[in-house]
Amino acid sequence: MLKEIERVGLPIVHVCTVVPISLTVGANRIVPAIAIPHPLGDPSLNDEEEKSLRKDLVEKALKALTVEVDEQTVFED
Amino acid sequence: MSKYKVVHYINQFFAGIGGEEKANIPPEMRDGLVGPGMALAAAFKDDMEIVATIICGDSYYAENMENAEATILEMVKSKSPDMFIAGPAFNAGRYGTACGAICKAVKDNLGIPVLTGMYVENPGADIFKKDLFIVETKNSAADMRKAIPKMAALAMKMAKGQELGSPAEENYIERGLRRNIFREKRGAERAVEMLMAKVNGKPFVTEYPMPVFDNVAPAAALKDLKNAKIAIVTSGGIVPKGNPDHIESSSASKYGKYDLTGFDYLTDETHETAHGGYDPCYANSNPNRVLPIDALRELEKEGVIGELHKYFYTTVGNGTSVGNAVKFSKEFAKELLSDGVDGVIMTST
Repeated sequence: MLKEIERVGLPIVHVCTVVPISLTVGANRIVPAIAIPHPLGDPSLNDEEEKSLRKDLVEKALKALTVEVDEQTVFED
Repeated sequence: MSKYKVVHYINQFFAGIGGEEKANIPPEMRDGLVGPGMALAAAFKDDMEIVATIICGDSYYAENMENAEATILEMVKSKSPDMFIAGPAFNAGRYGTACGAICKAVKDNLGIPVLTGMYVENPGADIFKKDLFIVETKNSAADMRKAIPKMAALAMKMAKGQELGSPAEENYIERGLRRNIFREKRGAERAVEMLMAKVNGKPFVTEYPMPVFDNVAPAAALKDLKNAKIAIVTSGGIVPKGNPDHIESSSASKYGKYDLTGFDYLTDETHETAHGGYDPCYANSNPNRVLPIDALRELEKEGVIGELHKYFYTTVGNGTSVGNAVKFSKEFAKELLSDGVDGVIMTST
């Protein structure tokens, strides 16, 4: 799905937990997520902490969209 | 024992009638063998006999598919053969497609074994490899000498109803089928042997080849995030509560497009996941964990992004075929573009 969106010229960032799959399917901008059943959340945190964690991840993903890349790039911390 | 009777299909070129200028000739049937049938017959020895050869122009077939197919089917039927063979077509696109189509028609309508041969990149191979046994050839007729014995060997096994081995053993193009077999050694042992071979730089053959993915060059980065329209897409199966479009929990055949107007965040009362491939309790109790609408709305209010696109797109990425995923996203990629979206976040579980 990523590739078809990128093929029309839209930058896309993949927020996902299993980075090797993302690399295999050809995502070019990848932001590693928390866990498979809750990629953008962590049930062990309280609501406020969890939301701030999620917001950080989303901001990281948005920032990745603003970075020029010429090959598959994983945006670590 | 009487010989197995074969009807062979070839095009105008291999029949020696002519090239492109003769590609419009309608189907005709001749008794006995013509062109490459001679080499086939030699390879069959006394087991099989080509009783008739059907010849049809490649363009005629491509432009008159239904008529050509019906005519050829009648011709084949009139000879009541034990087997039907077409080609080999090598890398000739129309010829390969005709060979595939007529083989499938004969198989479906007459119920006899059918076989063709072509180059793996022949469009006919892609269309028909799931339906047919297609012997893999090189991309030109220079390979005839090697292709014919492979086709003859597989044809004889098929006509006799013998069990067929793997694509590599029998020289046919992989059909994407899996079959359970018994192995001498258990999986763990084979896995360790494979690993040892890999570590030692020795050759090994995977038992589970991965599909081939073609990569797309990265799109240009967003210049102006503050004024950008951002869309969110997920393979994590988040849908409005009750899954109104019945997106399947695995092997999804469809995707959903849902309005986000008025949602500052998602809750367990408004949304849930349809995904059957992960523990859904975390996503069901707080769907923002997969589709982070709460965070995106805050960032929209703070002016970090221009706006969040009105719709989100979703499907279940659980055993869903690459073919379906490509089809879904081709459709909605166009919509995203025409809706003026500047960048996309996709989340996966």
